[in-house]
Amino acid sequence: MMNKGLKRASVVYCAIIALFLYIPIGVLIFFSFNQSKSRNLFTGFTLNWYKELFQNEMVLKSLGVTLLVAAVAAVFATVIGTMASVGIFSMKRWQKKVIMNVTYIPIINPEIVMGVSMLLLFSVMKTLFGHIGVDFSMGIVTLIIAHITFNIPYVILSVNPKLRQLDRSLYEAAMDLGCSPVKAFFKVIVPEIMPGIVTGFLMSLTYSIDDFVISYFTSGTSQTLSIVIYSMTRRKVSPEINALSTIIFVVVLTVLLTMNIVDIRKETRLRRQLQREVRR
Amino acid sequence: MIKSRFAAVPYGVWMAIFIIIPLALVCWYAFTDASGAFTIDNLADIGRYTNVFTRSIWLAAIATVICLVLAFPIAFLISRMSGAKQTFMLMLIMLPMWMNFLLRTYSWMSLLENNGLINRLFGLIGLGPFEMINTQGAVVLGMVYNYLPFMIMPLYSVMTKIDRSVIEAAQDLGASPARVLSKVIIPLSVPGISTGITMVFVPAISTFIISRMLGGGGNLLIGDLIEMQFLGNAYNPHLGSALALVLMVVVLLCMSIAGTLDNDDVEDMLL
Repeated sequence: MMNKGLKRASVVYCAIIALFLYIPIGVLIFFSFNQSKSRNLFTGFTLNWYKELFQNEMVLKSLGVTLLVAAVAAVFATVIGTMASVGIFSMKRWQKKVIMNVTYIPIINPEIVMGVSMLLLFSVMKTLFGHIGVDFSMGIVTLIIAHITFNIPYVILSVNPKLRQLDRSLYEAAMDLGCSPVKAFFKVIVPEIMPGIVTGFLMSLTYSIDDFVISYFTSGTSQTLSIVIYSMTRRKVSPEINALSTIIFVVVLTVLLTMNIVDIRKETRLRRQLQREVRR
Repeated sequence: MIKSRFAAVPYGVWMAIFIIIPLALVCWYAFTDASGAFTIDNLADIGRYTNVFTRSIWLAAIATVICLVLAFPIAFLISRMSGAKQTFMLMLIMLPMWMNFLLRTYSWMSLLENNGLINRLFGLIGLGPFEMINTQGAVVLGMVYNYLPFMIMPLYSVMTKIDRSVIEAAQDLGASPARVLSKVIIPLSVPGISTGITMVFVPAISTFIISRMLGGGGNLLIGDLIEMQFLGNAYNPHLGSALALVLMVVVLLCMSIAGTLDNDDVEDMLL
């Protein structure tokens, strides 16, 4: 179908796109080992910037905040979102339509608009709470609320398809066999939709860790890693930021590779099982 | 599951408080002044920033077109690869996206600088130095670099569904490669194209980081303007809200033109 020239051209094209995507990251990593502070003149190898990074209290503290916010927000978002999915599933058509349209707002709307709208809400809340003598300043609480808000839709979107694949008669069978509705829900439905719940949780976690724009507007005095990175790029440049990039890249690479390897293993195991069954 | 509808109540309440009310507040602020009286001055004031709006739309549109042109062939090539190769290529393309986008943008700062690596390379062959950072070109480059995967992924997910035999049938019936492309592949890829356009255009038009890091002070975009009204020196949430409102309208308009308002598409492409 494809002639040789075309095939070669397509390999070259893939390589060019890959280079375009990776050269900037490669350069970033390379200069994390640079002795001088220059971003483009390599003067000698050192691991100093890593050492300084690990002594940088602002970075370490913000890493803690990021992980805490991501974990708490992901847990809440997963619970609220899964419940919402179950509820939406048994709604009437028009109700479903209304609530799903609201669900798409945080996904479709520009992040900056979501950020400033929540900033407005929190400042209004601050004045309202101020009247009754409660201090509601922006900080880790508002950060978590904001993250839950933009995470829930992703949970709903990953649980919904699993619910649609669900066999309703399983649930009814459990009830016929004497399960209470609640017990039937936890024993039958939850295990069936678990993959969707896990996907939703992981998506929430990654979106939270990666988020900058919404955190930037809602974090008040507490700083997430993204915000610290932002302030690092604004100030006088230090190769610490390169060291940080390298570490993040290695972490992401490891996570993705292990996930892929697990996936591939699962797939081959399934395939082997299938072959065995076919042979029988 | 008779009463399970009520499981969605906490969600409904949550979204009402943290999505609907904030957006209503944006509208409220956009139409009032500092004393709380109704006014359309904020919206009228936006007229002063027409150049910022046109620049934002223009740069985001260029970046979207470049992304589409770059992504189309690669998405098609990946969709025709064998299973293992496909997984590898998809990972290759997704991996940079998992890196913090501030770091990705930052890496271009050091490449494009006046005495940066690219200018050094040009210097070796006796060219330059070229003024690259703090230009509109740099902003577009930053957008393309950051959002290219957003174009590749939806295109790819539509293209894998194009059956090989459909393409072969067209070829057997005597269609030239160009005709196969224009009569078969492109029409079948339309849902992916429209999703991809939205996924690139919306973040590109509303960014304030890329323009600030790569565009210097002279290439303000709508996002910068909004940010300045809320957290910057120009503090004026009323004008900022009016700007945000207009940005939302622009985005909705763009999406209805691209035809991405069909909910099922969004769901397909996200998962």
